[in-house]
Amino acid sequence: MTSLPSTTNKKLGLVIDLDTCVGCHACATNCKEWNTGGHSAPLTDYDPYGKKPDGVWFNRVHSYEVKRGNRPNLTINFPRSCLHCENAGCVTVCPTGASYKRAEDGIVLVNTDKCIGCKLCSWACPYGAREFDEDEGVMKKCTLCVDRIYNENLEPEDRQPVCVITCPAGARHFGDLNDPESAVSQLTAARHGRDLMGELGYKPTNKYLPPRARKVDAADVGAPEELEAVEADGFLGWLDNVLSK
Amino acid sequence: MHPAFSVIFFTTSSGAGYGLLALMGIFGAAGLLPADRWVGLAGLFMALALISTGLLSSTFHLGRPERAWRAITQWRSSWLAREGVMAVLTYIPAGLMGLGWVWFEDMQGPWAVAGIVTALLSWITVVCTAMIYRSLRPIHQWHNDWTVPSYGLLSLMSGAVLMSVLIHLFGIENDYIQGLTVVTLAAGWGLKTLYWGFNKRSRGLPTMNSALGIDAGDVSVLELPHTSDNYLMKEMGFKVARKHADKLRRIAHLLGFALPLALSLLAMFVSGYVALAAVVIAWGSCSLGILTERWLFFAEAKHTVNLYYGATSV
Repeated sequence: MTSLPSTTNKKLGLVIDLDTCVGCHACATNCKEWNTGGHSAPLTDYDPYGKKPDGVWFNRVHSYEVKRGNRPNLTINFPRSCLHCENAGCVTVCPTGASYKRAEDGIVLVNTDKCIGCKLCSWACPYGAREFDEDEGVMKKCTLCVDRIYNENLEPEDRQPVCVITCPAGARHFGDLNDPESAVSQLTAARHGRDLMGELGYKPTNKYLPPRARKVDAADVGAPEELEAVEADGFLGWLDNVLSK
Repeated sequence: MHPAFSVIFFTTSSGAGYGLLALMGIFGAAGLLPADRWVGLAGLFMALALISTGLLSSTFHLGRPERAWRAITQWRSSWLAREGVMAVLTYIPAGLMGLGWVWFEDMQGPWAVAGIVTALLSWITVVCTAMIYRSLRPIHQWHNDWTVPSYGLLSLMSGAVLMSVLIHLFGIENDYIQGLTVVTLAAGWGLKTLYWGFNKRSRGLPTMNSALGIDAGDVSVLELPHTSDNYLMKEMGFKVARKHADKLRRIAHLLGFALPLALSLLAMFVSGYVALAAVVIAWGSCSLGILTERWLFFAEAKHTVNLYYGATSV
């Protein structure tokens, strides 16, 4: 059914820290690597070694510059993927029942056996999270690594989305955002996590942590404004005395 | 948004077909059209042929056309599915109406009821089509109160233009039908002009800042995630027609509304072959104009995903 569940037991999602993301694209690359053999496999590439390589990705890392008046400009690296919205418009528009939101954990998935490739869900997503696979004629999207997070063949610490595991900067966090005690909820509260385009009312589950205030001046980190000369003693003190005469 | 030709053809062709079908039902039931076999056959054939080729064409843009039947299952939540259901249902009273009109040459009693039900279902189908676009919140140019009236009126208008061809072909003098053509052309022109005006003035709420969750500062693109255009940029970032939007809009004004309106007015004051030629040219011109209008409807729609690729507003 493409009607949304009225509530979900869990709201599994990601918290992405725009302060620490270094824009290395490791999350996107490992996502591609895992998912091209995962739930929605394959993640088709067109012309991969040609002049205009293109293909299906679940995660894309943008970079932006933010001009902030007289303060120094800010560089933001921005990974963009499915936000597993509570009010997922991509699901309700689906005419076939291929798109669905799971009542148990809130993950939004596509059953590619039912998808007719009408692309309407990709129009309904404000975030551009869904990408059409031209070879297979069906829509594909982030699965929140549904084939890892419950996978008992993996070690418990590996039961997380690959983008989170692979992030070298610790900028990605995975957990239940429905549980106020969870690490991701605590982090979101402490760092004032944001909903993207909240004004559209999709109620995204994933949160983005805005960059923290930059420490621009030496005083910001408790360091002295200028270095002062150290009083020397011994041989250097004697030399200083002689030369000062 | 990328203007897929199959969808443009579908919405214009089926729109005109449902407009004509509804008018056949109403005018037939009201006794304003003769319950004549050939009038009924010609009108219903035109309407159903336009609807059916339109519906068929809409399946051409699917990635998996062989699964199209699945698209009527999720009518509880999806306007696209509702449209599919209503489109299929409309064939039933339309078939009954055809049986009465063409076979029994009778459009009274139960056949008239079939005509009225056909008209209602046709209009509901057109509203469902419009609601597919109206319901998409990421596209401000569609998610507004102009979309549904505009689709509805333009469908009725192109149906009326076709019907005036039909009556002139059969030499039927009917001021109601020709008058309706003139009125709907004028009203459609006015409504679409207002709609275009709204789209020119109004912008969607999301900004680059809200798209990124960054409250303050001027955001600009430093680097894109990929080196060549991806699906999102091809599907949602279409720019070719926007470049020529003003020229295309003038064409739509002229061919879609001004010329057919003048010719339909002319047809009220002349008769015979001159009137027939006028309404046929009006129909040809109107069809091209509405195809252009529909092209603009897609090409000028700006999806919020463009904010991630450097658009400052949508």
